[in-house]
Order: sequence, then C-alpha cells, then structure tokens
Amino acid sequence: MLILDNIPALLVAMPLLASAVVSLLPSARIGWGIAFLTTLICLYMAFELVGIISSTQALSYAFGGWEPPWGIVFVLDSANVYLVLLVAFVSVIATLYAYTMLAREIAVEDLPKAYAVWLLAIASLFGLAMTGDAFNRFVFLGISALSSITLIALGAGHDRRALLAAYNYLIIGAIGATFYVIGVGYLYAATGSLNLIDISDRLNELGTNQAAITGLAFMLAGIMVKAGVFPVHIWMPAAYSYAPSAVSSLLAAVATKVAIYYFARLSFGIFIDITQLVDFFLLYILMPVSVLAIFYGTIAAIYQSDFKRLFALSSIAQIGYITFAFSLNSHSGISAGFIHIINHALIKGALFMAVGIFALGIGSRATMSSMQGVGRQMPITFAGFVMAGLALIGVPLTAGFISKLYLFKAILETGNGFYVALIALSSVFSVLYLWKIFEVMWLKEPVQPLKINKEPASAYVPVWLMVAVIMIFGVYSGDVISSGIGAANALIGAR
Amino acid sequence: MSINLIVLYWNYITVIMLMMAGLYIIISNQNFIKKLVGLSIFQSSVFIFYISLGKVSGGTAPILTGVEDTVYSNPLPHVLILTAIVVGVATNALGLALVVRIQEAFKSIEEHKLLALKKEDGLKDIQIEVTKEDSPV
Repeated sequence: MLILDNIPALLVAMPLLASAVVSLLPSARIGWGIAFLTTLICLYMAFELVGIISSTQALSYAFGGWEPPWGIVFVLDSANVYLVLLVAFVSVIATLYAYTMLAREIAVEDLPKAYAVWLLAIASLFGLAMTGDAFNRFVFLGISALSSITLIALGAGHDRRALLAAYNYLIIGAIGATFYVIGVGYLYAATGSLNLIDISDRLNELGTNQAAITGLAFMLAGIMVKAGVFPVHIWMPAAYSYAPSAVSSLLAAVATKVAIYYFARLSFGIFIDITQLVDFFLLYILMPVSVLAIFYGTIAAIYQSDFKRLFALSSIAQIGYITFAFSLNSHSGISAGFIHIINHALIKGALFMAVGIFALGIGSRATMSSMQGVGRQMPITFAGFVMAGLALIGVPLTAGFISKLYLFKAILETGNGFYVALIALSSVFSVLYLWKIFEVMWLKEPVQPLKINKEPASAYVPVWLMVAVIMIFGVYSGDVISSGIGAANALIGAR
Repeated sequence: MSINLIVLYWNYITVIMLMMAGLYIIISNQNFIKKLVGLSIFQSSVFIFYISLGKVSGGTAPILTGVEDTVYSNPLPHVLILTAIVVGVATNALGLALVVRIQEAFKSIEEHKLLALKKEDGLKDIQIEVTKEDSPV
C-alpha cells in the first residue's frame, strides 16, 4: 500500500506540510486542531512502523529512488523505532496539553503561528530520529534548533528572560551544530561518503585514519551540546525554565533524547575499526563526566528554589545516568541507557507539565516560596506530580525503578560495586529535593487563594496520561526492557 | 619545509585562522550583535573548508562537455554548502530578530549589563537606564 510503504517519509512530511498550512491560518483553535490531528496520525504511523520493524528487523527508506549510498536514506531498526514511537506519543500528549497551557503563557497574537513552529519542531525530531545520512542530520539539527529557539523565545510573552535564554541557546547550539558539520567534513574527506552505514564500511577498509578520528571527535562534541551532556549543558537550565511549560515538556522529554540516541549510534555503531579509541573515550572521558553530571545536577537541584529550573538541573543528572550507562560499554549498559531514555522522557515530560499547571494556578512562577500549600489546592495535578516524582527517584512499581534496576545490573556485570554506591547515593540526594517540594506544597498551609476556579481538565488529563504510562511501564515493563535490549542488539550485535 | 607546508595548505590555514577568530569573537565579546558576527565568521570558515575539499587541482566545473579526459572538481561538497549557507542565514536572521526583541525588552544588548541585573534577581521588573554608548547601532 502506498501509505504504508512511505511511512518514514510521511512522518516528517506530514507535520512539515501541516506547519505550512497552520502558518497561513488566522485562528489558533483551528491551528491547534490541525496540529493535534497531525500528531495523532503520526502516532498511528509510528505504531505501524513498530509492527513493520518487529517483523523485518530493519528498514531503509531511500528518497526519490536514489539508492544508498548515493541518496538520502532514513534507516529504521530496533535502536530507533521505539524512539520514533516515543517522539510521536510525547508530541500527542504535549499538543493536548498545549491547548490550554500555551494560550496562557504566550502573547495572544503569537498563538496561531506558535502551532506552526510547534509542528516544525515535531517534524525535525522525527527526522533526527530516523535519518541515516550525516549531512541530512545537520539540516534537521538546524530545523530543530531554530524551531525550539523560537518556541523558547515565545515565553517572553510571560517572562522576558526567555529572550536571553533563547539567545544563549542559539549561540551555543549554533557552535555545536557547526562543530558537528566540521566533523562530517573530515569524515567525508576520509571516506567520500555521507551515508553512515557506508562510512562505517569504508572506514573498516581504510583502517585507522587520523581524519576520521578527528571527525568523530568533532561530531561527538557537537552532538553532546545538543544532548545537554554535562560540561556543555549550560544552555539547558535557562532554556527549559523560561520556555512556556508545554514547550519545556516537549523539549525536555524528547529533543535531548534524539541527540542522545545519535550519540550512542556514533559511539557504538559506526567506528568499529577504532574501537580502542572509542573505548578510551567512554571509559576515561564519558564515565567521569557522567558521574560529575549526576552529582552536579542533583546537588544544584537541591539548592534551587525555582521549580522549572530545578527540574532542568535534574534533567542534567538524568542525562548523566543515560551517558553513564553508555560509558559502561557493554550490551546491558546500552540496554539500560535506552530503557532510561524512554522512562526519563515520560517522567520529565509529566513533571514539567504539572509544574506548568501549578504556576498557572498561582499566576506567577513556581518557586519554593510561592508554592506553599498549592498541592492541597490542586490535588488532582499534585497526585500525578507526586507519582512522577516517585518515578524520578526510582521507587518500585514505577518506570524509574526499572531504569535503576537495569542500570545497577549493568554496573554489577562490570564488577565495580563502587559505582552502585555512587548511583544509590545520588538517588538519595534526589529524594532530598523532591521531599523539599513535597513539604512546601503539601505540608504547609495555603497562603493565597488560587487565581483560577479549578484545575483545568485539559491540562491535568495529559499529565495523568503520562503518569498512567509511567505506572504501566513500572509493572508491565516487558516491552520497554525488550526495546532496550533490541536497541543494544542493533547497535553492537546480539550477545 | 614549513614554508612549503604553508604554501601547500594555505587554504586550510586560512580556514583554521578564520575559525579561531570567529570562536574568539563569540567568546570574548559582550555585545550580542558582535557575537552574531563572530558566529557568521565561524560558520563561513567551515563553508570554505568544504569548498576547498571539493576542489580537484586542474579540475573544471562538473559540466559534461563531451571533451574526453576532463578533470572535474567534486560538486557534492559545494552543494552541501549551499544547504549549510541557508541554515547559517536562517540562524543569523533568527539571532538578529532575538537581539531586536532583547533591546526592546531590556533596553540593552550588552551581556555584562544583563548579567549584572540577573545577579540582583530583578531582571523582570527593573528598568534599565539607557546610555548613549549602549545604543545598539
């Protein structure tokens, strides 16, 4: 069937076309309707893709009939098909949430165009998750960066500091993207190809090559900026905390995750001939940096009083867990990393959404002082928030527990119990900041009446949908675990 | 020997110098527009890098003329750079648009002034005094 054959292209083309249509419409409501419909169709197509991949293992979609390695290809295998599904699911939920929340957090005149940019961001995320062409990825990185920067800057309708956050992200993101493209240039000079699979084959014939190694270093550095890995994360806290809540939840949930996925693909899937160097990078650079990220993010979050910034800092720590799992450089480590990619996307998305609703309720930024007793005033949202918070710590019966369990298993396989202690300690620290929030929001008396009559159902239903999935994945974790193992199989072969 | 190297690889040396100059401008300047200028230089250096990659010495433009044994330059890096230029232009346009909005909202585009205000934690409410030397032109 024509549609089924072209799903990879349609996943990008549909939001892209819808974005052009929405940008011409004067009405924000119709714009939202088109955006929501598009994301729903994308979700359906992503499910179809999962079905196709589970029967055929891998799919290569060549554009315009130009066969790889000459043309641009979208490559789907068990490493990224669940990522596509994750992007599709989170974008449906975030669009649903945006219906009420985006309208309240940005200037009214920006609203119709905002959905056009929103769809552009979603299209680029699908593209980033699927493309198998090194330069095509740079183009998608550009679309993704420009649309997310615009969305972050829209927060200026509420808080003008969003402009500074967006500007900083633009400068740092553009440097990162340029580093990436320098790396691609080196690889092209060394191999004469842009198709990642072809590059990998040619590098194997070429043996150790200085230009290829330099190229890899540049590409990894550029991707690390996009992924918010610790020393180059500096754009992240401000960007997430001043962006509109719907935007923060979309970006925090999936935008960094597609970069992390590519980071794993570059580290494990391409440079098979220079494994020693990659091993060195993982063990002596990525691992210490990840441990620092985990402790920096967690401890900085304890001292932070602004809720959104706090969760952005905690994102740095959570991305630290993912890169730490990758740095173990084992089959179970990669599985654990991919499991945490899915779980953390859901958890952090739900948390940012809930914080947005609290801020709406009190009519100002959510901070430790302004949020006293708000949990009692908004019990439905607060209950979902607490469940997501428990999942972030890694309490049993939540998805977070599965992540931690598999991370511990992966560490114990390497026989280094010291790291288990470190991860456990950082979990204890994360209890501290979540307890602080719980204490302020639930145990203190409310100080002021809410600015809204009741919690908007269209805002807390998406939170609860996310929380429901987190809980389901905590109990029936088979699918997530097998997706993580499938990803590891696709990247470094079954073991 | 070293002179030879410079003569042989002068295009790459130019690229590296431009690249470093661009990065340095981005890092060292306080003015948001100057930072964007630095970014432009940094990106342009990469464009030149790609274009020199595609040049084959003695090669002509890749147009089939029927003359046998013609040496052609590699057109692919040049095409890639056309795309990259578009991305670069879009990035710069968005950056400049943001700078305009920042000037409107804060009455300054000097990073140290904005940072100083941030430390006072009053960025949202405090109006900044505009002096002549801060005006964005």
